[in-house]
Amino acid sequence: MDKQKLKYDPYNLIITGVGGQGNVMASRVLGNMLSKMGYTVTIGETFGASQRGGSVMSHLRISSSDAFSPQIAKGRAHMIIALEPTEAIRVLAQYGNADVKVLCNTRPIYSVGVISGEQKYPSQEDVEKWVNELSAQSWFINATDEAMAKMKNPIFGNIMLLGALAGTNELPLSREGFEETISESMPADKVGINMTAYDTGIGMLG
Amino acid sequence: MTNIAEHDKNARHLLMGNEAIARGALEAGVAVAAGYPGTPSSEIIENLASVSGKRDLYVEWSTNEKVAMEVAAAASFAELRTMCVLKQNGVNVASDFFLHLAGSGTRGGMVIIPCEDPGALSSINEGDSRHFSRMLEVPLIEPGDFQEAKDMTKWAFELSEELRCPVMLRSVTRLSHASGNVVFGDLPEVDHKARFQHDGFILDPDTGIMCSAPVDYRHGLQQEKIKKAEEIFETSPFNTYTGPEKPELLVITSSACNLYTREAVLLLGAEDKVGILKLGTTWPLPPKLLEKHLAMTDKIMIVEEVIPFLEENVKILAAELAGTIGPKTFYGKRDGSIPSTNELNPDLVVAPIATVLGMTYEGVPAAYTEKALPLAFFNAPSRDLTFCPGCPHRASFWNIHNVLSLDNRNGFVCGDIGCYSMAMLPTGFSTLRTMHAMGSGTGIASGFGQLGRFGMDQPVMAVSGDSTFFHSVMPALVNAVHHKADITLVVLDNGGTAMTGFQSHPGLEIDAQGGDAKKLDIRKICESMDILVRESDPFDFEKTQQQMFDLMEIKEGVKVLILKQACALSPEKKHTKKFEMKVVEDACRGENCGCNRLCTRIFRCPGLVWDAEKGTSKIDDAICTGCGVCADVCPVGAIDRKEVA
Repeated sequence: MDKQKLKYDPYNLIITGVGGQGNVMASRVLGNMLSKMGYTVTIGETFGASQRGGSVMSHLRISSSDAFSPQIAKGRAHMIIALEPTEAIRVLAQYGNADVKVLCNTRPIYSVGVISGEQKYPSQEDVEKWVNELSAQSWFINATDEAMAKMKNPIFGNIMLLGALAGTNELPLSREGFEETISESMPADKVGINMTAYDTGIGMLG
Repeated sequence: MTNIAEHDKNARHLLMGNEAIARGALEAGVAVAAGYPGTPSSEIIENLASVSGKRDLYVEWSTNEKVAMEVAAAASFAELRTMCVLKQNGVNVASDFFLHLAGSGTRGGMVIIPCEDPGALSSINEGDSRHFSRMLEVPLIEPGDFQEAKDMTKWAFELSEELRCPVMLRSVTRLSHASGNVVFGDLPEVDHKARFQHDGFILDPDTGIMCSAPVDYRHGLQQEKIKKAEEIFETSPFNTYTGPEKPELLVITSSACNLYTREAVLLLGAEDKVGILKLGTTWPLPPKLLEKHLAMTDKIMIVEEVIPFLEENVKILAAELAGTIGPKTFYGKRDGSIPSTNELNPDLVVAPIATVLGMTYEGVPAAYTEKALPLAFFNAPSRDLTFCPGCPHRASFWNIHNVLSLDNRNGFVCGDIGCYSMAMLPTGFSTLRTMHAMGSGTGIASGFGQLGRFGMDQPVMAVSGDSTFFHSVMPALVNAVHHKADITLVVLDNGGTAMTGFQSHPGLEIDAQGGDAKKLDIRKICESMDILVRESDPFDFEKTQQQMFDLMEIKEGVKVLILKQACALSPEKKHTKKFEMKVVEDACRGENCGCNRLCTRIFRCPGLVWDAEKGTSKIDDAICTGCGVCADVCPVGAIDRKEVA
């Protein structure tokens, strides 16, 4: 299969968020899309506490030829997709660098410390300012609220971000590739709503 | 996602390590698989169960790991290929039988698959089962990537049949729960026929009895098998060397550390200086292979996680070979080059290699860290683990915490293993005061329950999940009843093995394969031991707390309170809302209420948040699951629940 040359090889992508946001599902859909195109993909996931309010991270290594470590080395991420805004900052501090790009959902999920008033949650303006300071390029979309308004379920925020990722042209992703992957992993009656989420994500990139 | 029973040979898929292991077992024609759920191992049995109908397989979630290994062994004795899957501490549970199984030997290929958790990402220990292979004298093999996870699993069955002993294949979280590309091999035609031959000559391995005695004879046989394994391992294709003929540094590694080491060498650009000996067969070590590679250089680094198992075994060989290979300088855990706790990653491997080679390596650029680290530290709120919104455990521990506080005799709860272990944390009101192995809560409580004679006057409580109850609480409960220990056991029955993904257990009508199973009733089991049993819904605060008080009033003997409410993630509840919740803003008195923000400060359900602007609490509709419990937490009734039509 002809594979488009990647911007970096391996291309190091992190999907981060909070348990329950569909982080693992997003990483597997993206990984499968790229694997089907002939890329060698390695995904490292931490999901023991994924439903239990903890921070969750998936590391994707995308290469034309080789398998890599399921953990990206510190400071070596090329793209960070954050399903939760403050998680973007947390991950940048460990894996960021001056050239990293960030695609960020703007809907906060408060930690129990914030709920209980022990900790403050920063304003969206501040988060955007910091992400911009720490990255070469960034995109912010309110995927969760759009998913709740349009699809009546916040979980589709993760698929919207995958659509938005395709829109950034950072990786050689196609709508057909997404449709093929999602058709294999979902019951037929769920494909349509996932396609809507994907298309909405691309549209929201602005 | 991927159909692991697909016939297409050479199909290439992105597989989780656990899926790759399951596929390898199918390619080996496995007939029986048994295990007990435990992260990061559970998906192996789940995947096999999902294709059991197509592949003529028997798959079960056994009551505990020891029983799982016994169930799997029976199939081996009947000349079928069989496997037992467990997490690291599950090997401890099964180890008594494992010792005897190693002594009796096996017939059909039998593979024991521990999936371990260096760094304790989803455990409260980072136990390392590799020592069991040396201690019990069974061969140990460890895949170094995803393709090997499949290929070595298939080979493990063949190896077991060749040696006639169980083979341990060890995985870790970063393989089991990571994913990589795997090319499929052939799936055999399966037509399993089971027969246990037992009436031949007593010592005949094919037709005699299966037993570890006579010990002197069988133990000798076992050691011959290990010698034979050593020879087989000398030429195993799963032991590979990458690097120059005369490296400056030789790294010996295995498992996920193989991937970290490869990456570390690439990051340093030190491919011409460092050789990597990746071992797939880690016990017994093949001496000639080691001799050849140890002779390449004087500097040897061993990269492995947790205990210096590989390091010690390599050093024993190096001592024996000293006459031919000469003195070596070793880098590893003993000299502090590699951390002795927690999991490794590429950065932790780069650093010591760079030091030995006199190179420098910068991870995150210093200027970037200076800017990013304080921003993250002060602004990304820490995310303590918490019970899910709608979780029955939050309600159960709210009841227990309040009852123990009101009782005011400094009572405490002995914890056990499951999601409810998190009741050590503020999400469970820091209620649990001891926490050890599966079943230990009731065992420890049974001991505390005897200490009244020495003046201890605190009420003793234990908690247990429904799956844990069957796994190992039952013997402890028998002990407590028999010895008239003064304890109250609260069974948190949420209808499944919830923490690991809702696997079946003996209290349910369904088995791992989705078939009908005989349901055992916890209440009837307890009552058959003449235990006083009460039952309640933990969402009903008044009834639950009254029952708890009543049971604690009874001073002597074992009392059991069963709190029944399904897990919020259970298939019947997930994505459904019983109530539409709303905070009535006018009624919530906010900071001025005498409750001091009881709902958000103490009860802390993620679905109920503090609105600092309005000075009231509010429901987060994206998170709330509509369980309705918080309505009873608010002392002024400001949280409204409306039944969803």
